[in-house]
Amino acid sequence: MELGLVPFKKCIFEKIKNLMNNLLVVKNIVKNYGDYTALNDVSISVPKGSIFGLLGPNGAGKTSLIRIINQITMPDSGLVTLDGEPLNQSHILQIGYLPEERGLYKSMKVGEQALYLAQLKGMSKKEAKKQLDYWFEKFDISDWWNKKVQELSKGMAQKVQFIVTVMHKPKLLIFDEPFSGFDPINANLIKDEILQLRDEGATVIFSTHRMESVEELCEHIALIDKSNKILDGKLSDIKRDFKSNTYKVALKTVEKEKVKRQISEKFEVSPTQMNVLDDELTLKIKIKNTETSNDLLNFLTSKATVSHFAEVIPNANEIFIQAVKKNTQNG
Amino acid sequence: MDKLKLIIKREFVAKVRNKTFIVMTFLSPLLMVGMIALVAILTKSSLEKKHTIAYVDASNMFAINDFKNDDKTIEYKNISATDKETAKRLTQEGEYYGLLYIPNDTKIDELAKNIQFFSEDSPNMVVLESIERTLKDKLQTLKRKELGIDVKLLENSKVNVSIKLLNYSGERTSKLINGLKMAFGIGAGYLLMMFIIIYGNMVMRSVIEEKTSRIIEVIISSVKPFQLMLGKVIGTASAGLLQFFIWSIVLSIIMVIASAIFGVEMSTNVPLHSTPEQMELVKNAMGSEIEILVTEIWKLPLGLMFFMFFFYFLGGYLLYSSIYAAIGAAVDNETDTQQFMMPVILPLMLGVYIGFSSVIGDPHGTIATVFSMIPLTSPIVMLMRIPFGVPWWQLVVSMSLLIVTFVGVIWLAAKIYRVGILMYGKKPSYKELYKWLKY
Repeated sequence: MELGLVPFKKCIFEKIKNLMNNLLVVKNIVKNYGDYTALNDVSISVPKGSIFGLLGPNGAGKTSLIRIINQITMPDSGLVTLDGEPLNQSHILQIGYLPEERGLYKSMKVGEQALYLAQLKGMSKKEAKKQLDYWFEKFDISDWWNKKVQELSKGMAQKVQFIVTVMHKPKLLIFDEPFSGFDPINANLIKDEILQLRDEGATVIFSTHRMESVEELCEHIALIDKSNKILDGKLSDIKRDFKSNTYKVALKTVEKEKVKRQISEKFEVSPTQMNVLDDELTLKIKIKNTETSNDLLNFLTSKATVSHFAEVIPNANEIFIQAVKKNTQNG
Repeated sequence: MDKLKLIIKREFVAKVRNKTFIVMTFLSPLLMVGMIALVAILTKSSLEKKHTIAYVDASNMFAINDFKNDDKTIEYKNISATDKETAKRLTQEGEYYGLLYIPNDTKIDELAKNIQFFSEDSPNMVVLESIERTLKDKLQTLKRKELGIDVKLLENSKVNVSIKLLNYSGERTSKLINGLKMAFGIGAGYLLMMFIIIYGNMVMRSVIEEKTSRIIEVIISSVKPFQLMLGKVIGTASAGLLQFFIWSIVLSIIMVIASAIFGVEMSTNVPLHSTPEQMELVKNAMGSEIEILVTEIWKLPLGLMFFMFFFYFLGGYLLYSSIYAAIGAAVDNETDTQQFMMPVILPLMLGVYIGFSSVIGDPHGTIATVFSMIPLTSPIVMLMRIPFGVPWWQLVVSMSLLIVTFVGVIWLAAKIYRVGILMYGKKPSYKELYKWLKY
C-alpha cells in the first residue's frame, strides 16, 4: 500500500509543478478547415523561460497552431492557457509574433510604422517611442527612422521586423523561421538577442526547419506531423530515447578482414566513414540492450588497438527524419 | 475602439499622403473644366466658321434680300449671271463651300423638289438645314400669295399656349422644379456610384497591398480582422470625402472665375430677332418662374432629403466597399479580381440605368419602386426617387432591408476577409469562397 502511494503522490506533485512552470499550455486542440483537419487533438506545454522548438514538415499544422496561440483563428475545440488563464484579448500585448510570412508597409516610413504597430499592440505612443529608441540604438539603425521601408534591403527590413516583434517586452515570443533573410553575421546577432531575451525571462517558441539552430537553441521540442503531435519533451530525453546503442569505432590492425569478421560474428556491424590518421578499420557497431559499452570495448581491445570509440548520438535532424518516417509508415 | 481609431487614422494618412491622390485631387477638377472648355471652344469655332455659298437662281423668284438672314455662318453670293455648268466650274475652283442651284420652274411645288446643291464633300447638316429653312421661308410666302392667303392675317392667327401649373390648393407650381428634382436625383445617384467605384477599388487595392507586402499576419496578431477591415473602409471613405470636398471647392472657384470671364459674353448672347417687348415678356415670365421655383425648393423635404442622402450614401458605400474588401482578401493581385467584379458592377450599373430610364419617366412606377427596395440597387434608385416624394412605408421597408443586408453582407465579407487574407497562391473559385464561410 505504502509503496503504491508514493508514485501517485509524485505524479500529483509533478502535475502541479508543471502547471506552475509552464507559461503556455495547449490542451487537446482540434482545428478543421472544411473537411481538412489541420490539428488533431494536439497538446503541448511550454515551460517558462525556455526556448521551445516547434518542429514539423511543411503543412504539418505548425502555423495553424501558432495562429491559434495568437488568437488569429479560433480552435474548434480544446483550450489554450497563458500563465494559467484561458487566452483572451488582453494577452495580445503579452505575445510577440514574428510570422514566417512577414512584411511591412512599403511606402510607410520605418519609425512611423514601428510606432503604429506598437500602438496596435496596445502600447502608448510615448512608451513605444522610448522602447524603439532603445532598440534602434542597440541595432545601430537610428538613421533609418525617416526612411521608407522600400528603401531598405531585405535584411534591414527584417531587423526592423524583429524590433517590432520584441519591443513591447512580451512574456511569450513566437518566432517562425526568424533567421530567414539574414546573413550569417546578422543571424548570429539575432540569435544572441533571442538568448538574451530568454535570459531576461521571456519564453520563446521557435519554429524552424534549420535543425542545427534547434540543436543550438532549444531545450524542449515538439514535433507535429500530419496534424498530430508525434513527439515532445526535453531534447536530451528525446535523444536518449532515440539512441540506437550504436558506436563508431576505429581499429588499428593489419588483419582488417579477419577482425571485421570476428566482430560481426558477435555484433551487428556496418561500414562507416571517419576522419582517421592511419589506415584504420572504421566500423559502426550496434550492441544489444543487455550489453554495455564496456562489453564492446573489452571485446575490441582483445582483437585490435582502439584509436576511436564514440557513441552515436542522434542529432535533431535524424530524430526529425526518423520520427516522421515512422509516423508515415504507421499512418 | 482605440485600435479602430488607429487603423482609420493610418488608412486616411496613407491615402492622403499618396502622391497620386494629391495630384488627382487638385488636377482632376482642372482637367474636367479644361476638357469642357476645350469642347466648347472647338464647337464654337467650328460653328463660327463662315461658309460662302454661291447660288444660281434660274427661276428669278428670289431677291437678294431673301438670302440675308441672321445666320452669321453662311454667306450667300449671287452668281446667277452664269449658267449652271460654268457656275459649277467656278465654285469648284474658287473658295466656295458649295453651289446652290435653283432651276427655272414656275410651279412652286415642282421647284421645291428640284433645287440642287453641289459640293466637294457631303455638306454639313447644320448648313444644309439653314439653307433649306431659307428657301422654305421664301417659297412658303410665295405659295401663300399664290393661294391668296394674307400673310399678315396668318401671322396674327397664331396662338401660343403655355399651361400654368397649380396644385390643388391653388398655388402656382413651377415647371422647372421637376427638372431640378431630376437633377438632384441623377446627381446624387451618379455621385454615389462614382464614389463606390473609386473608393471601393481603393479599399480593395489596399487589402491586396497588405497581402502582397505580407504585413497582414503581423497586423492581425494585434487586431481582429474585422477591425482592420472596418478601419480600412472608414479610413478610405474619409479620404474620399475629403477629396470630394476639395473637388467641390475647386470646381466652384473655377466656376466663379469662369462666369466672371464668360458671363458678360453670355448675357449679350440674347437672340437678335426678338423684339424688346418679347424680351420683356420672357424676362417677366422667367422672373415669376424663378420666384415660384425658389418657394418650391423651400417646400421640398430638404431635411429628409439631406438625411436620406446621408443614409443611402453611407449605407451604399459601406455595403459595397465591404464586398470590395472581401474580393481584395480573396485574391493575390489585381488582375485576379476580374471574375469577382461582375456581381459588384452589375447591380451598380442596373441601379443607374433604372434610375435614368424609369425613375425619371415614372418615379413611382413598379420598376422604380421594386428596385428602390432591393438592397444592392436601392441606395442609387431610392436616392433618385426621394425628391419626388416617396411614401413612408416604402422608405421604411427599403431602409430596413438595406440595414439587414448591410449587416449580413459585412458579416459574410468579414468571414471571407478573415480567411482570405491568410491564403496565398491559387485564385479561389466561388465554390471555395463558399467553403471559407464555414471555416
